[in-house]
Amino acid sequence: MAEPAKNRIIDEGLDTGKERLTQERIDKVINQVLSGETGARLKAYMDTCVHCGLCSETCPYYLSYGRDPKLSPAGKVRRTMGEILKRKGKVDPDFIRQASEVASTECNVCKRCAMYCPFGVDSAYILLVIRRICHLCGVTPLYIQDTAHSHSVTQNQMWVKEDEWIDTLQWQEEDAREELPDLRIPLDKEGADFMYSVIGPEPKFLAGLLYQAAYIFNVAGCDWTMPSMPGWDNSDMAMFTGDNEIMGRNKKFHYEAAQKLKVKRIVMGECGHAFRSVYDVGNRWLAWANPPVPMVHAIDFYHELLSTGKIKIKEKYKKSVTIHDPCNVIRGRGLHDKLRYVIHELCENVIEMHPNREHNYCCNAGGGVINCGPPFKNKRVMGNKVKAKQCADTGAEILITPCHNCHSGMEDIVLYYKLDMHVKFISDIMYEVMEKPEV
Amino acid sequence: MSNFDMLYNFISGPLFIVAVIVFIGGSIYKIHQLISLVNQKEKFIWRYMSWKYSIRSILHWIIPFASTNWRKRSFMTIMTFIFHMGLVCMPFFLAAHVILINEAFGVSWWTIPDGTADVITVIVIIACVFFLLRRLILRDVRFITTPSDYALLTIAAAPFITGFLADQQCCYYRFWLILHILSGEIMLMAIPFTRLTHMLYAVFTRAYLGSEFGGVRHARDW
Ligand code: SF4
Ligand code: SF4
Repeated sequence: MAEPAKNRIIDEGLDTGKERLTQERIDKVINQVLSGETGARLKAYMDTCVHCGLCSETCPYYLSYGRDPKLSPAGKVRRTMGEILKRKGKVDPDFIRQASEVASTECNVCKRCAMYCPFGVDSAYILLVIRRICHLCGVTPLYIQDTAHSHSVTQNQMWVKEDEWIDTLQWQEEDAREELPDLRIPLDKEGADFMYSVIGPEPKFLAGLLYQAAYIFNVAGCDWTMPSMPGWDNSDMAMFTGDNEIMGRNKKFHYEAAQKLKVKRIVMGECGHAFRSVYDVGNRWLAWANPPVPMVHAIDFYHELLSTGKIKIKEKYKKSVTIHDPCNVIRGRGLHDKLRYVIHELCENVIEMHPNREHNYCCNAGGGVINCGPPFKNKRVMGNKVKAKQCADTGAEILITPCHNCHSGMEDIVLYYKLDMHVKFISDIMYEVMEKPEV
Repeated sequence: MSNFDMLYNFISGPLFIVAVIVFIGGSIYKIHQLISLVNQKEKFIWRYMSWKYSIRSILHWIIPFASTNWRKRSFMTIMTFIFHMGLVCMPFFLAAHVILINEAFGVSWWTIPDGTADVITVIVIIACVFFLLRRLILRDVRFITTPSDYALLTIAAAPFITGFLADQQCCYYRFWLILHILSGEIMLMAIPFTRLTHMLYAVFTRAYLGSEFGGVRHARDW
C-alpha cells in the first residue's frame, strides 16, 4: 500500500526505522498488541463498523483535502488496521512505515468522528493502537520521537535541565517583581492550596506565560506553588507516540510531585493534550480510575477566579474575539460553557465560529501531529482548510484558544491562509484587562 | 407427497429450527465472547459503564433525527430507519408469518395490514437499492466497501425481494416462496457471524461511548 513516490515525505524516524525493521519483529509486535494488549474495544469496533461512511464528513483532513476518501476516518482505519486484520498480521516494513505516517500525521485523534458514528466506533482509538504498533516496531516520525526521548530522559518535553527550569522561574519572578514588588513564584511550598503545572515549552520559549500566571495568582491572593523537581511538566508526547510505558512514568512523576508537596489540588496551564494525558489517559494507564490528586484545567480555574471576584476586570477587551474550542478540554472534559463564561467576562465582542463546542473541528495540530515537525507541516496546514474558513467567516480580530497545541497550530493556519487575526491565550487577555493593584 | 412439498416441509421445518438455533446460539456466543474479552483484558471498562449515560446515548441514536449526524443526513436517516424497522418488524408482524405461527403453535398477535406490508416491503427494497448506489457512487463509501458488504446487502434484501415476488402470486410462486424462506434463514444465521453482528454489538459500543462521554468527558455524544 505504499503511496506514490512523488507524495512521499522524507522523515528520518520513519525511513530509518523502516530500514531497521525485520519481519520477525513485526510479527512479534502485532501479535503482542492484537492478542495481548487490545481486547473487546478493538474487536467490537472492527466488527461493528458497517462501512457506511457517515463519519467521513466529520474529519477536517477529509474535508480539507477535497473529500479524499483515503482520509475519511473509516478510510484511514481501512488503510491501517483493516489491512492488518485482512492480511492476518502479515504486513511488511513498508506497510508499517505507511501506517505510521497515516496514524501519526493524518489524524489528530480528536474523536470528532466517534461522536458522529451511529455506533460510537472510535476510529481515533484504533489509530492510536496503530501508533502503538509502530512505536513497538521502532517506526515513529523523528521529531515527535525526540520529544518522547526527552520525556524519558528529563521527564519534560523540551530537554529542559533542572537548573534551567529553576532559573527560568526565578528570572520571571524577578521581572514580575518590577511590576508587583512582593510577587513570588513559591517553589516546593508544602501544603499549598494548589500546585501549578505547565508544559515543557513554557520555560523553553514562552516564559512570559509563567510571568502572567504568577501575576494573576499573586493578585488573586492564591496559596500556590510550583515543584522544583521533575513532575512540573504535565505534557505528554509519549501518549501520542504509543509509548505507554514512558507516558505512565511521566504521569507518576507529575502526580507524585503534587503528593510530595501535599497540595490540595493541581491547576494546569492552558494546554489540551496535557489535560488529556493527566485526566483521561495517563492516570488510567496507571490504574487510577480518577486522578489521585484533584486537578483542574486553567479554564476551570479562571472561571473560579472570575466568578468569585478574586480577579476583577477593569475594562473589558475591546477587539472582536472568537473562540477555538480545544478538543481535549471540550470534547474531553465539557468545559465549553465555563470557557464561554470566562471569555464573555473578559471581552466585549465575542463572535462564535460554527460548528462550536463539542462539535468543533480540531486545530489539526493536536494528537501530536504538530510535534511530527517540519517534514509534515505543509501536509498539516493544508489539512485544515475547513478551520481557516471557519475562522475567516467570523471576521474577528482575535482568536482565543486555551491550549498550546491549538495555539501553535492556529498560528500556522493564520499565517498560511493569510487570516487577519492574532492568536491569544486567555491569560494574555486576562492579564491585559484585569484590575491591577497600585504600586 | 410431491417434491415441492418435501422441500417445503424441510426448509420450513427442520431447517427453520436449525436457523433459529444457530441465530440464538450464535448470538449468545458472540455476546459472551465480547463480555469475556472485557473481563479478561479490559476490566476497567466496567468501572466507567453507566446506565444513565448508556441509555442517554442509545436513545439519541435510536430515535430518528435526535442526533446531529441524523439531522445532517436527513434522506439517509429516513432510509436507514425505515430499512431497519422493516427488517426487524416484518418477520414478526407480517400476517402470513403470524398465520404460520398460529398453525404451528396456536398463538397469534397483531399483524401489519397487508397493504401497509406491501408498501414497507417496497420501501425496504428501495432502501437497499439506495444503499447499493451509495456504495457504488460515493467515493468515500466505495473506498471502505469490501466484497462482503455487497454480500450482506444481498442477504438483507433477499427475503424482501423474494417475499414480494412470491406475494404477487403470478408466476413461479413456489419457487419464490422456497427462496424466500431460505433467504430469511440465511439472514438469521448470518447475523452472529458476519458484519450483521452490528445488530448485537451496537448497543454495547454505544453504551460504552455514551458512558465515556457522559461520565468522564462530560460532553454530549450526539
Ligand atoms: S466508523 Fe461508524 S460512521 Fe464510520 S463507516 Fe464505520 S460505522 Fe459508519
Ligand atoms: S479523530 Fe479527528 S482527525 Fe482523526 S479521523 Fe477522527 S475526525 Fe479525523
